[in-house]
Amino acid sequence: MANSSTTKETAPTQPATAMSVLAPAIGWLIPGAGHLIQKRWIRGLLIMGSIVIMFLLGLALQGRVYRPNGGDILDILGFVGDVGAGGLYIVTRALDLGQGAIAHATADYGTKFIIVAGLLNFISAADAYHIAIGKKP
Amino acid sequence: MNLQLSHFSAAVLFAVFASVVFGITQRSTSREQISYGLYCFAMFVGGVFVAGWVMWILRR
Repeated sequence: MANSSTTKETAPTQPATAMSVLAPAIGWLIPGAGHLIQKRWIRGLLIMGSIVIMFLLGLALQGRVYRPNGGDILDILGFVGDVGAGGLYIVTRALDLGQGAIAHATADYGTKFIIVAGLLNFISAADAYHIAIGKKP
Repeated sequence: MNLQLSHFSAAVLFAVFASVVFGITQRSTSREQISYGLYCFAMFVGGVFVAGWVMWILRR
């Protein structure tokens, strides 16, 4: 009878450091800052520039910033995407910007720019976490 | 501030910023990041041209 060993190899768990918590949190709040506090200056500045400019372009195109809602599924997903922009979203909501302009066809581009800026910031916050735990140089 | 962009310029700007973030986050070394960012940009802009020609064909 074959030896039925049930031992499983598990991936080594990474120790939770302060940086592994701080980097993604700061990176979410301020786009690119998760890289900057880990001294990845060029990466951080490029990410910050890309996401901030994309978000501001979205506002300039009169895109809509989604509010918390429990209605249509696309509105809920739009809100989730917008929240990814972190501090940019908070400031925009505080200043009551991003009302959206249905008079312009290109305003819909602005809405998509804002959502994608938030989604890209989620990716960059995850990248900052991977750098913090040593998974990525 | 009210900005008006054409379809193409909006798509190119989108491609630039998304490619920068994709390149940095999806690859490890600097060389790989640059080449992957350029690849993503080419795919985005190429996709715009392909979609444009497909719509032109469908319209005929």
